[in-house]
Amino acid sequence: MNAIIAVIGQDKQGIMAKIAATCAEHNANIADINQTIMQKYFAMIMLADISAITCSFADFSQAVQATGKSLGMKVHVMHEDIFTSMHKI
Amino acid sequence: MTNTRDILETIGMIQEENLDIRTVTMGISLLDCAASSAEKSCTKIYDKITFLAQSLVQVCDAISAKYGIPIVQKRIAVTPISLLAGTDTTANPIDFAKTLDRAAETVGVNFVGGYSALVQKGFTNGDRRLILSIPQALAETARVCASVNIGSTQAGVNFDAVAVMGQIVQQAAQLTQAENCIGAAKLVVFCNAPEDNPFMAGAFHGVGEPDCVINVGVSGPGVVRAAIKRSNDLNITELAELIKRTAFKITRMGQLVGAEAARNLGVPFGIVDLSLAPTNAQNDSVAHILEEMGLEICGCHGTTMALAILNDAVKKGGLMAASNVGGLSGAFIPVSEDAGMIAAVEQGALSLAKLEAMTAVCSVGLDMVVIPGDTPAETIAAIIADEAAIGMINNKTTACRIIPAIGKTVGEELIFGGLLGKAPVMAVNQHSPLKFITRGGQIPAPLQSLRN
Repeated sequence: MNAIIAVIGQDKQGIMAKIAATCAEHNANIADINQTIMQKYFAMIMLADISAITCSFADFSQAVQATGKSLGMKVHVMHEDIFTSMHKI
Repeated sequence: MTNTRDILETIGMIQEENLDIRTVTMGISLLDCAASSAEKSCTKIYDKITFLAQSLVQVCDAISAKYGIPIVQKRIAVTPISLLAGTDTTANPIDFAKTLDRAAETVGVNFVGGYSALVQKGFTNGDRRLILSIPQALAETARVCASVNIGSTQAGVNFDAVAVMGQIVQQAAQLTQAENCIGAAKLVVFCNAPEDNPFMAGAFHGVGEPDCVINVGVSGPGVVRAAIKRSNDLNITELAELIKRTAFKITRMGQLVGAEAARNLGVPFGIVDLSLAPTNAQNDSVAHILEEMGLEICGCHGTTMALAILNDAVKKGGLMAASNVGGLSGAFIPVSEDAGMIAAVEQGALSLAKLEAMTAVCSVGLDMVVIPGDTPAETIAAIIADEAAIGMINNKTTACRIIPAIGKTVGEELIFGGLLGKAPVMAVNQHSPLKFITRGGQIPAPLQSLRN
């Protein structure tokens, strides 16, 4: 079971480290990372395996979003199925 | 991993373009709640609804958090109450409305649909008593929605019911004058009513449906508009293709959420209703899509064709995205709920006559249209009759949700607030259809009904 963590905002130091630390804290395993600069914004997409997380999905989502907020970044944590069902037949 | 561009596109649709699941509606059959007395029936109804729908809101909220997509409304549709109200001839149908209202409050949904009667070919005693009680039922409850099906392609139109509904719509507005005539906004008069429609106020659970079912209504006018805006120089063939592709993506979301909600609630998944349902938000208007297609303003010549292209492309795109498509499916054109429609009426670009033409190609009918409070009942009935004619002849659903603004006239407006929005009072034709409407009888089923 995978979650997509999308982090969007102005590029700065430590974004990946802090989000990854929050994931590790909740036992989520980062399987893939992709980052890109869109216009002047930084967009980092992480694929995290959440099958062994130590809390509910909602709590995990809130924790990652809180980390993002402390960095001044917008973070969306969404189950991978929404993207696969929308973009793949 | 999924393409980054696809991920950001989905997030953009939800965050910037107001994509949401408009409603997850649980359909509940109440046929097994019919008892020898209304009191016993009401007890069974309350128990059944509160048992089956006890975790509806909770399950939807969890899915919403999991996928990061808002599920705006959680609602319930039940068997037409006229079928139950008929079993006890001494019963007051209002008791059923109050029971539904109480059950809806207990499970935390904001609307319950099904205070309904299907009278396309004639009235039963239960139908007649229920219809006459509608204005009071809507005035005395907060969450109950009513609908009456007065015609179908198969049966023709019950012209007696048309005349009665003109009066009922008027009374529903009069009894709720102090609350912006909200009663009439909770009442839909249908021709060819679908039995699995998840959208209020016209939702009810048809007798051919299973005991309990989950139906989903998706939305997303803002997404379609944004897609057209980004691709400014397409010809009309390419434009239709673009709308189709966008509708496909929107509907996939509905399919995903509906299937999961049904699984988690332990009931069958019914249909996805792939409707573009506008809200009053600036970025969520069907009229703005039509304008983005190239019209100066919604209501100008060309509007009917633009809407026909949109409606057709939405259906084609959505059809492949969902395992079962149903309900109304297409584009809604509710005036008070659509910022672009409101602006078009205010600027004098959109008239009732043009709206009527648009209903021949949209998915529903005259929806949330406010007319002067002194409009005679027979004129309201005649507006209903015209809509029924379009539905009956064209094998499509048409509906009337018109609100007489009691005490107000053209130039004023009625403000409902929330999702129902606000609407300027629209002018109606002043000439009288009285003799025509009072003829009564049954309009014979049209040639189109003979398909066997």
